[in-house]
Amino acid sequence: MTATPHPVDLLRFNTCGSVDDGKSTLIGRLLYDSKSLMEDQIEALERSADITGGGQINLANLTDGLRAEREQGITIDVAYRYFATPHRKFIIADTPGHVQYTRNMVTGASTANLSIILIDARQGVIEQSRRHAIIASLLRIPHLVVAINKMDLVDWSEERFLEIKDQFDEFLPRLDIKDVKFIPVSALNGDNIVTASEHTPWYPGPTLLGHLETVHIASDWNLNNFRFPVQWVNRPNNPTDKNLHDFRGLSGQVAGGIVRVGQKIMVLPSGFSSTIKQIWTLDGAVEEAFSPQSVTLVLEHDLDISRGDVIVDAEDLPGSSSDLHAKICWMNPRPLTPGKQYLLKHTTQTVKAAVTAIENRINISTFDKEEGIAELSMNDLGEVRIKTAKPLIFDGYASNRLTGSFILIEPGTNATVAAGMLLPPTEVARPEYKDFAI
Amino acid sequence: MKSYHLDHLDYLETEAIHIMREVASEFERPAILFSGGKDSICLLRLAEKAFRPSDIPLPFLNVATGHEFPELLEFRDRRAKELGAKLIVRTVDEALEKGFAVQAPGQISRNQLQIPVLLAAIEEFRFDCCIGGARRDEEKARAKERFFSFRDSFGQWDPKNQRPEIWNLYNGRLNPGENMRVFPLSNWTEMDVWEYIKREKLEVPSIYFSHKRRCVRRGGQWVPDTELMPAKANEEVKEMIVRVRTIGDIISTGCVESPAANCDDIIAEIAVARVTERGSRADDRVSEAAMEDRKKAGYF
Repeated sequence: MTATPHPVDLLRFNTCGSVDDGKSTLIGRLLYDSKSLMEDQIEALERSADITGGGQINLANLTDGLRAEREQGITIDVAYRYFATPHRKFIIADTPGHVQYTRNMVTGASTANLSIILIDARQGVIEQSRRHAIIASLLRIPHLVVAINKMDLVDWSEERFLEIKDQFDEFLPRLDIKDVKFIPVSALNGDNIVTASEHTPWYPGPTLLGHLETVHIASDWNLNNFRFPVQWVNRPNNPTDKNLHDFRGLSGQVAGGIVRVGQKIMVLPSGFSSTIKQIWTLDGAVEEAFSPQSVTLVLEHDLDISRGDVIVDAEDLPGSSSDLHAKICWMNPRPLTPGKQYLLKHTTQTVKAAVTAIENRINISTFDKEEGIAELSMNDLGEVRIKTAKPLIFDGYASNRLTGSFILIEPGTNATVAAGMLLPPTEVARPEYKDFAI
Repeated sequence: MKSYHLDHLDYLETEAIHIMREVASEFERPAILFSGGKDSICLLRLAEKAFRPSDIPLPFLNVATGHEFPELLEFRDRRAKELGAKLIVRTVDEALEKGFAVQAPGQISRNQLQIPVLLAAIEEFRFDCCIGGARRDEEKARAKERFFSFRDSFGQWDPKNQRPEIWNLYNGRLNPGENMRVFPLSNWTEMDVWEYIKREKLEVPSIYFSHKRRCVRRGGQWVPDTELMPAKANEEVKEMIVRVRTIGDIISTGCVESPAANCDDIIAEIAVARVTERGSRADDRVSEAAMEDRKKAGYF
């Protein structure tokens, strides 16, 4: 573990790859070479090597945590790993790359700034690589790294590296990813992971870790459109400070943009207008707050506001509708059938919803839209129409990951059955009370 | 130019505050598990950040083994009082007396016995959610844990059947008798915890810092020499300058030789540490899957 003498930021990334791509080996290598592994962890590895591995330490055992996984030699779920360098802290969401685990990849990718796709240099871009890139694109992960692994097995051939890069570049224009970096590596031997490889004089770029340490992530959050879903109404009965007897705050996380004292706001769906009087935090009042900070807002007017309401910039309104158009990833063994009722959780509210139509299924190998689909099965991605019992106040997922996303919950089992990304609204929110003015 | 970008502690803090507020809003009877240890100390500060100037709307629950360091108990009671919170304590001793916990023959550690006591407390107070200070970096089985960790009506964790957790949308819905464990510090490392304690100037029990203690060499580590499990004639006993890195039962908590007298010293020490925090806990050394097994049975 590394101490951080000055404030550093945090990069969240996920790794995609099938069992044989060396994904777990890559993570093991990052942890090992950045000295984030401890003696007892290495000892545990050695113990299990003696028992099951014929004496060979398997870096993959570091990440395959559950006994069920070690026994079957697979990764069954998203595992999170942590390491740090003097430049940055890192959270890895390690997701398995099997066909049937799209849901885990979506889960791991949903909070990532960056996604690493591993490609076996011998095989080049295969269907699975395309699938990973398409999911990363659908989830709007801002940065992508294509790590071309096992370069030692193709004699460190620059030609092969460029060939694979070309294969990848071919379908890149169809994706919504701006920043893509190709790196030739050997995870097993550590080439270009933490230290530059002597085998790739033709590659002028950074090592994998070097890139992770320096990629620009400060603009990954939406700082343009102020959105504040009210999470909890903060009204003290017995305030810590006696002057706060009439305190009525609205607690939540800034889900988009910047909020400032004096800013004119609107509360949706009611349409009440007011002004930000104070931005309260335990550490004292502040002049402004930005996404994703958690704060408590105090308004000039005492309005009837509760959890699920959204406070937005009065001049920059989000969309509103109870007829939604969204891309979803289906995550449940029971397929989605149109007409069935679900609960939809969006920001801080949960409403009844029904999927009224399945418009298409996205073929995640070709990115083609297949129409005339009767149902979506587990791990399918598709576009659907949803009707909600009350209008949602939302943005398109492409402009805001927090106000543009939702989950579907199955009543009864309470299972989370889908992850959804809203397409841009067609109608701007209209206040319920048009005549209301203070 | 002002930077609109959070540093790592600010990011972890806002993530945890958001989770705390989701719990307060979506559950009817949530509680915070507070042991007096460093992780739960951070939880309490996050609760203050989430809910002040209001009262913290969750009681604190502690499942005490009866084998605690006395310094920890004193700190636990005092801190709860300072924060004006309701502290509920349920003990293994009481459970043994009433018979709903039974000691395995020859077993001295009471770690396992916390499970029935916790489950009984959940039933007694009808808690539908318990916030705990567990972190994913502690242990391999924890690395697969969700923020909102669903437990069936027997308190069991089923790692193969967890709810997917996407973006910051947590599904806290339960049927009667089911229970949620919520871990706001999931993404924190041991280093983050100490950096946060330092930044927030939080008080921690004195045993985290260097002190003089009689220790006995047992199972490859130094543990406190106590009357609960006196040193045998063939065991090496030594008075040492030590601190504890993680607090469990007094009989199984490893003491590390350390001159660290403040947060800065501890941060410097962790930075060069070559063993994990849990490497000093005998309860995790039983087998490679020790934590996985305990969690499945309903452990924190």
